[in-house]
Amino acid sequence: MSGRVLVGVKRVIDYAVKIRVKPDNSCVVTDGVKHSMNPFCEIAVEEAVKMKEKKLIKEVVVVSCGPQQAMETIRTALAMGADRGIHVEVTGKDYENLGPLQVSKIMAALAKKEDVLFVILGKQAIDDDCNQTGQMTAALLDWPQGTFASELSMEGDKIKVVREIDGGLETVKINTPAVITADLRLNTPRYATLPNIMKAKKKKIANVKPADLGVDITSRLEVLRVDEPPQREAGVKVETVDDLVARLKEAGRI
Amino acid sequence: MALREGALRLNLLLNSRTFYKFNSSVGVRSLSEHVSSTPVTSSAPEIASDHLIYTQEHFALKESLRKIIDQEINPHVEQWEAEGIFPAHKVFKILGSAGFLGVNKPVEYGGLGLDYSYSVAVAEELGHIRCGGIPMAIGVQTDMTTPALARFGSAVLKQEFLLPSIMGDQVACLGVSEVGAGSDVSSIMTKAVRKGDEYVINGGKMWTTNGTQADWICLLANTSDGPPHRNKSLICVPMNLPGVQIARKIEKLGMWSSDTAEVFFDDVHVPCKNIIGQEGMGFTYQMLQFQEERLWAVANILTMMENVIQETIQYTKQRKIFKRPVLHNQSVHFRLAELQTEVELLRALLHSATALYIKGNDVTKLASMAKLKGGRLAREVGDSCLQFWGGMGFTSDVLVSRFYRDSRLMSIGGGADEVMLGIICKYMGTLPKN
Repeated sequence: MSGRVLVGVKRVIDYAVKIRVKPDNSCVVTDGVKHSMNPFCEIAVEEAVKMKEKKLIKEVVVVSCGPQQAMETIRTALAMGADRGIHVEVTGKDYENLGPLQVSKIMAALAKKEDVLFVILGKQAIDDDCNQTGQMTAALLDWPQGTFASELSMEGDKIKVVREIDGGLETVKINTPAVITADLRLNTPRYATLPNIMKAKKKKIANVKPADLGVDITSRLEVLRVDEPPQREAGVKVETVDDLVARLKEAGRI
Repeated sequence: MALREGALRLNLLLNSRTFYKFNSSVGVRSLSEHVSSTPVTSSAPEIASDHLIYTQEHFALKESLRKIIDQEINPHVEQWEAEGIFPAHKVFKILGSAGFLGVNKPVEYGGLGLDYSYSVAVAEELGHIRCGGIPMAIGVQTDMTTPALARFGSAVLKQEFLLPSIMGDQVACLGVSEVGAGSDVSSIMTKAVRKGDEYVINGGKMWTTNGTQADWICLLANTSDGPPHRNKSLICVPMNLPGVQIARKIEKLGMWSSDTAEVFFDDVHVPCKNIIGQEGMGFTYQMLQFQEERLWAVANILTMMENVIQETIQYTKQRKIFKRPVLHNQSVHFRLAELQTEVELLRALLHSATALYIKGNDVTKLASMAKLKGGRLAREVGDSCLQFWGGMGFTSDVLVSRFYRDSRLMSIGGGADEVMLGIICKYMGTLPKN
């Protein structure tokens, strides 16, 4: 294998922005709203760059699927130290309907094409919270997966992954090639320094379409409606456990 | 969506939100969540190709700097304002390591050798810091103490003072103004008398930003008797030399997190090689960089004014009086529209002056106009927005009161309004010749 790592990054609405739903309840407002790289994707990029600096891998290739603006996200990754980028162009309605299954198909195709050692993604995106792309990509490729990674190390041609799970930490050793997803405590992403931002200008970003990769991105899902979460109502205090049970019964909850 | 809140470095989220607490005698007021300080309409990257001076790289620079500001600076501003000082060495090292202190400085000394538009981008972004003191301190380091050194200093001198200042390892301060000489720089009294291969310095400097923490001072002193515009020189003086005395830290109306010192020089011996460029050219060197200093100040205050206007909109939208939002009063939203209009006009002037400057033109007149307008507009923005915030605006808990105090300096420091007016009149040919 090539010593090459593929990192998937997603352009999402910035975490600090107050999300608003469109008046027709079709989707959230994205026009004129600040976007940035998904925080978990930043962590994935940082991990790959760190491994390259430690000479454990040779090349970091970053990929993003979306319209023209996805190039900014790729450039941010290049400014963090990735070597080159791939922009998979998906626009308009196709982009609105783009979900984990289609992205996984694209990632799988690219992973094979680039002959990678492993694919690393953020564990989930902060807009849809799906937590599916990594797992689906691994399944499509029939590769082992190490998800929710809080620690990664190379052991020969295997990868040791410490995973954050409900009960604590689980350590697994998986063969390469593999798919990893990054969790919060894997690392602290670096600031893109100004010298690296300027260097990133010279790095290449290839442009491909899903059809070029033989991927059909038609969606099998249709979003019917988007609503804001219900307004939080005041709570009620009760004195005893009996009161609590009675109230819950009254409210039809038990 | 729960993970949206929990997923990020929690301290970052918690510190980017300030909660307004009201003590009220009229019913219960709702706690309001401070909306992100990024205006909803920041769609800059979409028009990167159309922007007058900014490219994709400028926007990437701003984004990265913004992260540093959000994570390393803003969470501590309240504390530093209260303490009357910020840790300059720590903050400058973070900025220096990321390459933000030497944007238009020579590459050989750790700079990036980029044109001045990148400095303007940095200045604009630093306006997102929630006080005036820290951007001012950074601006002194990058655009007041080091330009002459970078342009005219010897290689030895640049190695000793410029390189560590760009890397953020050393803090610099500027010694020009004195107790008896502010706008009239030519009347400074500090003397540097040549004795053998040393200068012996006697005198004092005032309004020295970063003065209590600085490693070296870029000092303007009289090095000969002669015409006042031709007898001064710039000298790099280490602050730890015997005879350098930091007399006091000055208590000010605003800019609290920036330590401002009065410094005395009592027979301070400094090698002659520490002179920047030619003896007698100090005044000229300082004057050459005024355009950059003034445009920098404008870029900085533009962002602050916009943020204050945005926060005022958010506050008045949710604050109700007589059963409707304060913002719904025409006097309020119309006034904010006027102010925003003037902010855009000032921005247009800043960007067009910058565009001309990086092409090699002299923009003294435009830079002076921009600085004049910047200082005055900031006072109007501060005054009007403070009024709209009402009682809450008068408290120390909110940005608008700090902006009101901090921004008042703009019409005074870095070239007072009256000096700017004099320059503009000179260009208009209306200044009487005496």
